[in-house]
This record gives sequence, C-alpha cells and structure tokens, in this order.
Amino acid sequence: MAGARLAADIGGTFTDIAVEFDDNLHTCKVPTTPDAPEQGVLDGVVRTLDETGLGPADFSLIVHGTTLATNALIERKGAKTAMLVTEGFRDAVEMAYENRFEQYDIYMDKPPPLVPRELRFGVVERVDSRGNVLIPLPDDALASIIPILRSERIDAVAIGLMHSYVAPDHERRIAAILKSELPGVMVSLSSEVSPEIREYERWSTTVANAYVQPLMSSYLGRLSDSLSDLGFGCSLCLMTSGGGLCSLETARQFPIRLVESGPAGGAILAARLAQECGLDKVVSFDMGGTTAKICLIDNGEPLHSRRFEVARQYRFLKGSGLPLRIPVIEMVEIGAGGGSIARVDSLSRIQVGPDSAGAVPGPACYSKGGAAATVTDANLTLGRIDGEAFAGGTMKLDANAAAKTLEVDVGVPLSLSDEGAAFGISEVVEENMANAARVHAVESGAEVRGRSMIAFGGGAPLHAASLARKLEIDEVVVPVAAGVGSAVGFLQAPAAYEVVRSRYEILDNSFDVSALNALFSEMRDEASGIVRAAASDNALVENRTADMRYRGQGHEITIVLPDGPYNYQIGIDMIDRFETSYEATFSRRIPNLDVEVLNWSLRLSAAVPDSELCPPDPPATEPEPNGTRMLFDPETAAPMEVSVYDRDSLKPGNLIVGPAIITEDETTTIVLSGYEATVNARSHIVLRRAP
Amino acid sequence: MASPKDPFSPIRLQIMWDRLIAVVEEQAQALIRTGFSTSTREAGDLSAGVFDVSGYMLAQAVTGTPGHVNSMARSVKHFLDRFPVSEMADGDVFLTNDPWKGTGHLHDFTFLTPCFKDQDLTALFASTCHVVDIGGRGMTSDGRTIYEEGLYIPLMRFAHAGKIDQTLIDIVTANVREPVQVVGDLHSLATCNDVACRRLREMLDEFALTDLNRLGSHILEKSKSASLEAIAKVPSGTYRNSMRIDGLEEPVDLVAEMTVGEDGIHVDFSGSSGISSYGINVPFCYTEAYASFGVKCIVAPEVPNNSGSLSTIRITAPEGTILNAEHPAPVSVRHVTGQMLPDVVFGCLAQAVDDAVPAEGTSCLWNLYAYGGPGRVEADPKQLADADTFTVLSFHSGGAGARPGKDGLSATAFPSGVRNVPVEVTEAISPLIVWRKEYRLDSGGAGEYRGGLGQTMELGLLQDAPFAFSALFDRIDYPPRGRDGGDNGGEGAIYLASGSRLNGKGTQTIPRGERVVVDMPGGGGLGEARMRDPRRVVDDVRGGLVSADVARSTYRVAIDDNGDVDENVTQKLRAN
Repeated sequence: MAGARLAADIGGTFTDIAVEFDDNLHTCKVPTTPDAPEQGVLDGVVRTLDETGLGPADFSLIVHGTTLATNALIERKGAKTAMLVTEGFRDAVEMAYENRFEQYDIYMDKPPPLVPRELRFGVVERVDSRGNVLIPLPDDALASIIPILRSERIDAVAIGLMHSYVAPDHERRIAAILKSELPGVMVSLSSEVSPEIREYERWSTTVANAYVQPLMSSYLGRLSDSLSDLGFGCSLCLMTSGGGLCSLETARQFPIRLVESGPAGGAILAARLAQECGLDKVVSFDMGGTTAKICLIDNGEPLHSRRFEVARQYRFLKGSGLPLRIPVIEMVEIGAGGGSIARVDSLSRIQVGPDSAGAVPGPACYSKGGAAATVTDANLTLGRIDGEAFAGGTMKLDANAAAKTLEVDVGVPLSLSDEGAAFGISEVVEENMANAARVHAVESGAEVRGRSMIAFGGGAPLHAASLARKLEIDEVVVPVAAGVGSAVGFLQAPAAYEVVRSRYEILDNSFDVSALNALFSEMRDEASGIVRAAASDNALVENRTADMRYRGQGHEITIVLPDGPYNYQIGIDMIDRFETSYEATFSRRIPNLDVEVLNWSLRLSAAVPDSELCPPDPPATEPEPNGTRMLFDPETAAPMEVSVYDRDSLKPGNLIVGPAIITEDETTTIVLSGYEATVNARSHIVLRRAP
Repeated sequence: MASPKDPFSPIRLQIMWDRLIAVVEEQAQALIRTGFSTSTREAGDLSAGVFDVSGYMLAQAVTGTPGHVNSMARSVKHFLDRFPVSEMADGDVFLTNDPWKGTGHLHDFTFLTPCFKDQDLTALFASTCHVVDIGGRGMTSDGRTIYEEGLYIPLMRFAHAGKIDQTLIDIVTANVREPVQVVGDLHSLATCNDVACRRLREMLDEFALTDLNRLGSHILEKSKSASLEAIAKVPSGTYRNSMRIDGLEEPVDLVAEMTVGEDGIHVDFSGSSGISSYGINVPFCYTEAYASFGVKCIVAPEVPNNSGSLSTIRITAPEGTILNAEHPAPVSVRHVTGQMLPDVVFGCLAQAVDDAVPAEGTSCLWNLYAYGGPGRVEADPKQLADADTFTVLSFHSGGAGARPGKDGLSATAFPSGVRNVPVEVTEAISPLIVWRKEYRLDSGGAGEYRGGLGQTMELGLLQDAPFAFSALFDRIDYPPRGRDGGDNGGEGAIYLASGSRLNGKGTQTIPRGERVVVDMPGGGGLGEARMRDPRRVVDDVRGGLVSADVARSTYRVAIDDNGDVDENVTQKLRAN
C-alpha cells in the first residue's frame, strides 16, 4: 500500500509523529533528543511502523518541522559567522531601531547581534536606491578580509549591501570571490534571503540565515541519510513558517524559513478544519508549555505576512528579539503556557508569565525541582487536570506540591485560599490571552467577537471555553488529536514558496505596467523551480500581493492582487483595492493622496483539493460518564462533583451538558456550566453555549 | 470568602483593571495605525488615556513618549474648567493644541471625548498626537514668539452632538502645509476615542457595572499606596543638582532641588535659566511630564501611570524660567530642553540611593531634518532650479549613560522611545544619500561601566544642488557628564566634510557638492575607568569601540601581541 504520509514535529519536550494512511490517522509522542534531534524522529518513526504495521515502502511523503533553528538563535549556539556590509554601515545590525522597547526599565538591553563587531567588515562599494553604482566594487575588495576570515575559522558569511534588493550584482561578485577563496564556507546573500528594502531587517534576516545554516544543513543531511538507511525512498519535505512545504535543498539554502514551522502547522490544521466545518471566521488558539499562539482565519485561510521576530529575550516583549523578514502565517504569540510562572507584584496584582518553568524544572507538581507556582499547578488544584492520568498516565503529578507553591507564592500575599489563588492565576492568564487576541485583531483590522474558536495544543482545551466566554465567542472546536495539532497540520500543508521583491512605484501616470509584468514573470519562474522540487506534477496556484501605503506613511498594508498579466488598468484597480482595504481597517479613505508600493510578492503553491464538508451531526445521544471528579466552581467558590468522559469512548452524536470534563492522553477539555459539548460526525468536539 | 465571580472580589478588580489598561492600549493602537506624522507612527509620539468624570486619570497607554506622561492628564482638567461635564452631550468632542493647556507645542493636538452609556456620562477619553505640520515656521528653533510657530486652536469643540465643526476644519485646511494629513490625524484622534468608548461600554456590560466609581477608587488608592511604599525606600532629605547644556544664544542651567518625604517627592526647578528668545523654551506641562518620568524610572517603574501614582510626585518651576515659559514665548522645539530633565532628576536621586542611577546621556534626540528644492533653501535660485523638492525627518540618537552594573546603550534614544527610519527608506523617498552611519570610536565616557557610544552620520545630496539642514542638537559644548568618577561622554559636533563647523541649532544651507557630518554625543561613564574589568576593555578594543591608546592611558590596561590583557603591565599601570 503506497500513499501513506508521515509528519514529525520536534518540540522542546516531545517529538510528535502523525501518520495518515487510507482514512486512518495514527499519532504518537516520543521524547525529544536535544543532542541529536534526528534520533527522536527515528525513534518515533520506528515506533509508528511497529504500531501501524506499515513498512518504509508504503510511504509517499515525510514532512518535517523542527525548532532546531529557533533554539540555535535563542541560545546563540549557531555557527561562527562573519558579515560583509557596505563600508560605513557595519553597525546597522547592532543599532537595530535605535530605540528602547521598554520605556521605564533603565536596565533593558537590546538583543545582542549574532555577529560581533570585530567580525563585521566594511566593503568599499555603493549603490543608490535606483540601482545606480556610485562606487564600483574594486576587484581586490576582499584582499584584506579573506585572511582574517581564514584565520578566524569562519563557518558562514552573511553579505548585506545597501540597496542590494534592487542591484544584487555586488553581493553576487563578493559571494563568488568567497566561494573560490574559502570553498567550505557557507554564504548567505541579503539579495537572495530577503530582497526587501530596510537594511536592518534585511540584514538581520540574512545574518540569522547564515548563523543557522551550517547546523541545519548538517542536521537535515543526517536525517535524510538515516531515513534512507531505514529504507525510506520517498521524498522528505520541510514545513516552513509560511505554512507551505519546501524541498530539502531549499531548506538547506534558506533554513531561516523553517523557524516557526510548528505554529504554522497548527494554523494549517485550523484552516483545514475551518473549511471542513464550514466556519467563515475563526480564531485559532494553540497553547503549549511556554507560549500561546492566536491566529485569525477568514474563509478557511490564515493571514500571511512577512514580519516575524525570533528569540525575544525580554519578557517576550515585541522589539526584544531579532526581526526576520520571511514569509510567515500572521499570528500573535505570548508568554502564556502551562509552565508560565505566577507571582504577586507590588500592587497586589497576580502576574502570570511570560517566564516559564519549561519542561525542566517544570511546574511544582512535576516534582522535578520546580518550586514556582505555574498555570499547570493552578489547573491541577482546580481539578481540571487529573494528576494520576497526566500525559496518558506516564507522569504522576503531585497535588500537594502544587497547593503548597500556590499558597506561598499567591495565596498568602493576597489572603486567598489555594483554590482562590489557583482560580486567580487561571483568570489572569486567560485575560492575558484574551487581551492579546483583541489587540491582534485590532492590528489586523478585524474583530474577535462572534468568531468560532479552534483549540489545540496540550493547554488550549483546558482554557478554551473560558477564553471564548471572555471574547464573546459562542462556539469552540477541539479537533481530533488536539494534543499533536501541529504534526497533523503538516500533513495537510501544500508545497509552496513565496518570492518577494522590493521595487518602489508611485501609482500615477509614471507607473510602468510592462516592467511589472516582467517582474512577476521572473518571480514565478523562481518560485516554480522550487515548488516543482517538492511537488512535481500538481496544478499550481498563484497568489500575488503588494505592500502599499499612502505616500508618506511609514507602514504598508498588504493587498491581494488579481492574477496577471496586467494592462494599463491595473494601477486604478490597485488603488481601489488599497483604498477599500484601508477603509475597512481604518474607517476612512484619504482623498487626493498618492498611493505608493514598496514590495511585491508571489506565492506559488500546489493545489490542494477542497476539504469535504463535515456531514451534519448524527442524532444526539447521551454517553455514560467514565467517572467523576471534583472541579472548582467559580460561582460558589467551592469544588463540585462533575462527570468525566474518556474521549476515546465517545461516539459521534454524543451530547454532554456542562459542567463536565473530557479527557484524552495529551489534553483535557473542560466543558463549563452553561455550555454543552457535541461530538460531531468527524469526532471533533464542538462546545456551544447551552440554548 | 467572596465568590471570585463577585465583581468586587480582588481577582475581579484586577481583571477589570487589566481590561481598562487594555482598552487604552487599544485606543493608542488605533491611533498608531492611522496616524500620519512619522513621529506618531514610528516614534509612538502619542498618548491615550481614560479618566473618571471628575477628570482623574485611571489608565494611560504606555507609548513611545514620556512627554505626555501627565501633561495629558492636566490637559483634561483644563477642558473640564472650560466645559463642565454638566454641559457635555453624547457625540461632543473637544480639542486644543494650546501648548500650555495641551502637551507643550502647537504640533500636538489633544482630543477629549465624553463617553456615555444609557444617557449617563461614565468616563472621559483623551488622546494626543503630533501632526506633520501646523503652519508657521515648522518645527524649528527659529520662531521668536508663539505667533510665528503656527496655527493656535484654543480649547473648543471639534464636534457638537456628533456634528463635526466644518468651520474649524476649513480653518485648519487653509493654514497648514499638509492639510489632508493633518485633518486626517484630527479624525484619527476622534476615532480612537470612539473605539475606546465602545470597548468600555462592552466591558461595563460584561462585568455588570453601571459606572467606574468603585474600580476607579481601587485603582487610584492601590497605585498611590504602591508609589508611596516605593518612595519610602528612598531616604528622606533634600537633594540638589544643576546641569549646564548648550542652549541657543547662551548656555542654559537646569537647576533642581528634590525633597523626598513621606507624602511623596517634590522637585522644584528654581534657579534654572530664564527664557530663551528662541523656540527651545518649555511650557510647564512638559517640564512636569519629563521630570515625573525621570523620578518614576528610578523610584517606581512598575506602578502604572494614573492620577493616584502621579499624585505622589510634585513638580514646580518658577514662572519666567526656561522650564516654565509663559505665553507668548516660542516653544516649538521644547523637547531639546525638556528631554534633559530626567538627567537632572537622576543627579538628585544619585545622592539619595546607591547603585540605582545611570550617568548622563545624550538625552535629546539627534534628528536629521533636511529639505530642498526651488524656493525652499536660502541659496542662489539658479542652483536650485533643477533640484527635486523633498523633506526628510529621520530620528537618530547618540549614546546613553552607563548604568549600575551595565554599560550604557550605544546610539539609543533615552528618555524618548523613538525608532529610527531606515537609511534605505530615506534614500528611496529623497535625493539624500547617507555615506556613513557607524559608532564613534572612544565616544563612550570611560568608566567601570562605559557610556554608550555615539554615532557619526555623514550625508549629502545626489543632485548638484544645495539643501537646507535644520539642526536641533545639544551636548556639543557641554557633553554628558560621568558619575562616581566616570568620565564624560564624547561631545557632539556638526560640520561640513570639508571642515567648517556648523551651528548646533538653527536652519543652515549645505552648499552644493558638500556633505554634512553629524557626530552624536556618547553617554557618560559610571565609576572609575581603572576599575573596569580589563577583559571588558580588551573586548572593547577588539570590537573597535575603544582605541588601544585610550585603553592604556584612561583604562590603564595594556594589551599584548595576541590582543589579550597583559596582566603584569596592567597591574603596574593601575598601581599608580
């Protein structure tokens, strides 16, 4: 039987495996092996073959996502990297935005650059914003630099020249010199990694790519070889932060595009589920051990963007990380997870996160040395988690340890009972997530209220109903295999690649349509080669956008363009599309002001068949509870006995009236009082406000 | 125990407080997204806040500028004096750009919107932002009275019961250089208040509240007591400090006397210089904002801004001083002087608390403000005939002061929260070209903890034409001072690449073919240089931040042939 597909998602604690064959979905979790991450993947693959009875020859595709690149950036454990920049600009990557992201803390520091100053070298050359060469690159431009790169044993070099997004020639010539002089060194060009205007962001992206490239390239090589050794002959694709799959070769060339692959997989899962359930307006909610991710999905499609920040080092604050201009699925990520630590501040307010106890030492109840009160300790104390059945019963949680830290860290300072403290923590973390969701929606010109929520990841189903109530959301879907949502999402992602070009245009009479058609055709050729490598014969779908603004503004909004080629009317059409979108976001148009374009993008993806609509719910039936548990009731401020259901024993059509608890190995769904849960025809749990 | 669902249980009060802060953050976000002025968008030069019906501020968004910290709160009181709440109707919107009753210069508009729910006034929302132009001389120090600085809108109605005053719009349109953008910003201010009011109504419904009285008094009491607790950790007493800066026609002394007591902190600026004939004067509201910010940074950075926390900090300055310049003094670029005030306050606090206060830094922004084109530059019109018309304002910064236990931040704004504009963007929208933008060697004041480095920017024009450069710089004659034995930061400078010096303030013509070089100051050092860990000195030398000469002469660190610390020689150097 060919056609089975396998996804492997390496996270901080667990490596998740999902396999789809015929109409079956099989999932498992194995421990992540940080020293040789491919080992965890292989462990999971072997276990899966064993559990499913499939052989390597049965597989047509393996999809992989990993946090390896992200971790290297967070821990600053990448390659020894040098940077070559236009002379006079070697401090751009360190000056960053010349600002402080935290107003009142005089001790805040900016993110240290990945390349120290002594390894950033100026190169004589200069090009202006139209691509005219003001100072030609001398043939011996690198004569004094090469010996230093050699003696410093540099593994990777990033090249960033001014305006190289419009004139890449000097960067290419420098790369050619490096390749011939230093054959083993990997070279990243800003004109290839991120050909967009704004030198700091383009160079930051390029340096990050260079910094993780040797590590990722060797890791991906080892993984590919090991899978071959096991007998897998199918292609290996990588999940990108943009929600598409790319080939191994592309991943080795642009590893920075892999940073946010796990959350992107989650968003893809939510998008497909939205299509399947016929939900037009969705907010997806993915909560793990350290962070929560919230993403808006309209008409079955998440929003795409090219703005991301990796390795935020200061309270998860915007601005405290390294900016990356790579295709990403637009979402907000905040420091709110099961491991988030709670404390009481000088104003007697409970603060939760963004610092996390992580997997080690973990929450106090893990008994692994963690001494701080966390969200998981609160959930255990409230009765939402069963300490005896955590992670499928593989881990026993210590309720006394949880209660003790809650008492010390929060209860005593605020004169609250243990349950009161736990409830406070849970309310605050939910409020934090609700506020993040609202602000994210405002920034996207959208509303959260009235959407449907799709909740997955180990922590989300515990908090989903409560969060939904805060956001005035009436319907929550908890999908099958909610605990390994990202890996399941990988299986549903199309092969895709996005190409971007900066090219400044004012949409007036001077606008050159034929040049634009030529530009898009060149972009299509570039993307097509890459997508074909990951999907040889599917039909391809093209999505074009332009980043536009009123002349003089500082931020662009991304506008979807029609398919090309274009004629002279495209300028008027674009202005109209821009103004319509601007008005939708900002409630007005601005008359008599020119519109300008900074960037053009083209995303090419393999066509994916539409999801089949989920059949209507079977007639409602009442399942038998598998037991009862004491769950804290906020109305009476006391525990009350509620029914517990084992998700595996539920059948489509089952209707459960809250308050109730539904358990599965990787997560627990809380059905609040006032809500009812239906198991739909595809076995997804749907929570709705009781009529 | 009260049920956690009781709206006035401690947890509910906290959640409601957090929500109120979220409401004003959303209000600010709505303004940032729609604002036109670069300083609003990129620098966060704006403010948003919610007030109770008596005009007490309950929450304020944390934005990029301390300049509105409590100036906006004071502004609301002025509105209420002029328009009592009893006369306010649903749909009314009030505005002003009065520098003395708003936030310090004509470029800042403040809007106030009463928020009604079920016919009852429940709260007031205020917002402030900087508009791109207000007519007059523009944002320069050149004006001699407020009348030259632009259009002056007194406290008045922008909308009456939902109907916008078209006469006002027509007057603004006729008086400013970029009417579409300025009028657009006025609408943005009104809209962001509306957005916030809508959110507040939803919040009141969700928590089943009819008013903000109980929540408001909780916020004000908690914040006040937390602030007083923080102040109690500062030893009581009177601390004095004086700082001299370049000023314009003559140096300016900023003199402070800080009294720390049980009931709060009082800073008085008696003894400071008199008013200038040019626009670097500071209206008192702006003095109060930056001085309060300085106190809060050190004493109680975690307590949110509201009338409760701010009531514990009292600022005074005698009329007729540069820190309380009265109408009709010119005040357009009051930030150049006002942004120095946190340093003045820090100098007082450094005497009261150990190891908690940074050395002085560049403090005022070093923005590049250039324009060109026919009729816009004082030069031979023939030379300008073919020149492109452009205006560029891009924000940049020198070094900040060294901090206890940490070096100062290089090329980073403080106290302003401004973001820079990418050089590539400046070059794409104008004929300017930046030839150099990098750290200045040895500009960080030496010390056990080194001051942040300043940067040098060198710019010219791609066309063969002169252009205008409007300088608004300080710390050229009087650089940032070190603290506790630390050296001063490097002084700033501005000159033509060919050598001749330019003035630190005022609009000047850059002849064709010339480049301007701007050397931004470095921050002051903290502690004696010879106490600095020699390995960190070597790191600085390796990175090209400190020269080997200065390492040896000032830090007294010798470096061997491998570039490492020469322990023996260093020991000898440091022994003397």
